[in-house]
Amino acid sequence: MKWLKKPASDTQLTHGDRLWLYIVAAIIMLLLVIPTFIVLPMSFSDSQYLEFPPEVWSTRWYAVYFESSKWMRATVTSFQVGILTMLLATPLGTMAAYALFVSGHRAARAIFAFLITPMIVPVILIAIGAFYAYGRVGLNNTITGIVLAHTVLASPLVMIVITSALRNYDLNQERVARSLGATRLKAFFVITLPQIKFSIVTAALLSFLTSFDEVIIAIFVSGGLNATLTKHMFAALRDFIDPTIAAISTIMILVSTTLLLAAQFIGGKGK
Amino acid sequence: MNVSADPDSRNEGLNEKTLRVQGVREQRMLLSLALPALLAIVAIIVIPVGWLFYLSFVDGNGQFSLANYQKMIEYKSYARVFLTTFQVSILTTVICILFGYPLAYFLAMLPQRLAGIFMLAVLLPFWTSLLVRTYAWLVLLQRNGILNDFAISAGIWETPVKLVHNMTGTLIGMAHIMLPFLVLPLYGSMKKIERDMMHAAANLGASPVQSFWRVYFPLSLSGMVAGSLIVFVLCLGFYVTPAVLGGGRVVMVATQITAILENQYDWGAASALGVVLLVATLLVLFAATRLLKLDAALFGKH
Repeated sequence: MKWLKKPASDTQLTHGDRLWLYIVAAIIMLLLVIPTFIVLPMSFSDSQYLEFPPEVWSTRWYAVYFESSKWMRATVTSFQVGILTMLLATPLGTMAAYALFVSGHRAARAIFAFLITPMIVPVILIAIGAFYAYGRVGLNNTITGIVLAHTVLASPLVMIVITSALRNYDLNQERVARSLGATRLKAFFVITLPQIKFSIVTAALLSFLTSFDEVIIAIFVSGGLNATLTKHMFAALRDFIDPTIAAISTIMILVSTTLLLAAQFIGGKGK
Repeated sequence: MNVSADPDSRNEGLNEKTLRVQGVREQRMLLSLALPALLAIVAIIVIPVGWLFYLSFVDGNGQFSLANYQKMIEYKSYARVFLTTFQVSILTTVICILFGYPLAYFLAMLPQRLAGIFMLAVLLPFWTSLLVRTYAWLVLLQRNGILNDFAISAGIWETPVKLVHNMTGTLIGMAHIMLPFLVLPLYGSMKKIERDMMHAAANLGASPVQSFWRVYFPLSLSGMVAGSLIVFVLCLGFYVTPAVLGGGRVVMVATQITAILENQYDWGAASALGVVLLVATLLVLFAATRLLKLDAALFGKH
């Protein structure tokens, strides 16, 4: 326990003096992490009820999930919507972020603020607005409808990630390329893109997750054969707690953790 | 100075003009790259929300009417919904500050590498579906759930306590979901505080406690206010967690909006509530940007 005596900060404190802070922080971190992952062991229980720790381990609830055509269909839909959202939001957000960052136009700031409004407008309002408008043009319960709404939700995130990447990047490199005869387009693809590619991948993963985990818009505008996983889960949560939900939750946690760790790893590589 | 008399400078002026025209054209080309994103937002948010705005101001016959808004003032049930919404939002924000500040401080004190690892404790829940986390709390807080079992076997309380389908459960779940939104901006602002400030305070004879309260804490306030605002504003329009953990007893604005649509299919009343929610959100944010440079704290200088 020698490290307790070592200085911890610039103001004469030792780690020992800081021990209370470490303990408090550890408790808070456990409170954050445990409820997030508690469903993992519970999903492997053999019981009808949710138990922790499970008395008899089994994968029966996974079997229920994989054999249910309703859940399988919803899972496929969620992945479909997530991937399409990613493919739309990433270029949309990247183009906008690049344009506004490089142009230096007077209005750039205002346009940027407008483009991130989807983060400010309450999602419930976006959801009922889309539900109403889609009702008029027949987009409710379609993949197109939900993808469009999720794209709008995800693109501000892409813009923020890309803008911060551009801020750490020396735009003079592009100017040099252009003074040597490259068009702006070529300069972007040959010089800039390779240097911000990690941020673009990060942004893409985050926009997939935004869509994959989104509930409220999905509740309103997705349905029928195109209902997402989250829509079915929400309905199930309001009615009864079934261990199948624990199995599905585990799969969702697996997806988001993998993608987040990938994003962290790739983002770290970029720096 | 007579510019036009000098042929050389007239030439320069001409070049300048062409350059400027080219510059403007290029800027327009560049800005047009933002057009698809702009159009998407107009199509999916501006037009539909504008439509709802219009619906909230007309009656069944398409005549202008304030009836939808009058109802909010007259009916007691609305007052209760607004009160609950504010109550939940404020309490959640306070809980998040109480738990978030020590955590952000801890993370900010760590060396970069360690902070990156411990930060996962914030980021993993942040990116885990809030539906999954709400479900987990539902399971944990049940009558015969883990928390009750634990408390009873440890002798903290004797009979199972009702922890969910009420305000307690809602607040626990909301605080858990909102905490990262406070910790992340707060951590960012703490990292920007220059260590030299703390050196200077120590050098001038301040004790660690004094230098924390008189130097560090005031400097971290902007991040804390920014984080609290995000939490508060997100709480105002929150739907999933109160709907599931509140068990119908905690009716917030968003819950009320869906209830109106499900039960009465009254678009006017639902839209009016949505408009009030949006206006309240914008007012809070506007007041905040007035008070401090929120956008700088959130997105860095742009």
